Amino acid sequence: MSGSEWTDPRPMSPHVQIWKWHWTMAASIFHRVTGVGNYLGALLISVWVISIAAGPEAYAFVEGIMLSPIGQILLFFWLTSLLFHFANGIRHMLWDGPKVGFQPKVASGWSVFNFAFAIVAAATIWSLATNLF
Amino acid sequence: MSTDFETPTAAARGLGSAKSGTGHHIHQRVSAIALIFLVPWFLYAVIAASRSGFEGATAWLAQPWNAILMILTLGAAFYHMRLGMQVVIEDYIAKAGMKQGLLILNTFVCFGLLAATTLSVLKIWISAGG
Repeated sequence: MSGSEWTDPRPMSPHVQIWKWHWTMAASIFHRVTGVGNYLGALLISVWVISIAAGPEAYAFVEGIMLSPIGQILLFFWLTSLLFHFANGIRHMLWDGPKVGFQPKVASGWSVFNFAFAIVAAATIWSLATNLF
Repeated sequence: MSTDFETPTAAARGLGSAKSGTGHHIHQRVSAIALIFLVPWFLYAVIAASRSGFEGATAWLAQPWNAILMILTLGAAFYHMRLGMQVVIEDYIAKAGMKQGLLILNTFVCFGLLAATTLSVLKIWISAGG
């Protein structure tokens, strides 16, 4: 730009650095972040499925990684990520289909709910999985 | 200076979008609808199957319904993943060669995982004599 005036008449989107963070914006960004996270998690789950077919030694090796502290942390993050993307994805469906939930208050509240749901549901599933099975 | 929102090049070419956006959108939604039903089953099933070691996991995947639902879940997930990652790459990678390379890699990874996991499930199911 080298000091020249902005002459393009087309509308310019607000710059990311002057935006105040709000819940709907966070939910939108995290939908994408968790989508990428789920992609990486799917690689992990695929390795587990393939290891069942590969035989007991391969399975034991993969199971060892999954049950290690790092494996457990990754699985917990993956579960949280999956549940957020799941809840927020249902909202996308309701936006696209019946077109509900666009009012600012509803959209913000729903965003907060999706974050809370992901964390609470992940913790609940995790505790059920370790205590009931 | 034009007040049209189109760029001068776009106006000169007189072309709109590449016309494949609607199809992409619908495919993304349809695979998402499938996953709304499949993911809850998947979470329950994988947790249950992973609790009893190699024998438990093999016996679980040898059940026809589990094998079918597992292939459907992974198939829908890889399809949905590929579409989603495509948009992320297109949005953030501006450099042409890098963008095309990553898009191709994305396709290869998703189809590779589909082939490898489907064959794995079939192998377990068939060798169990189901």
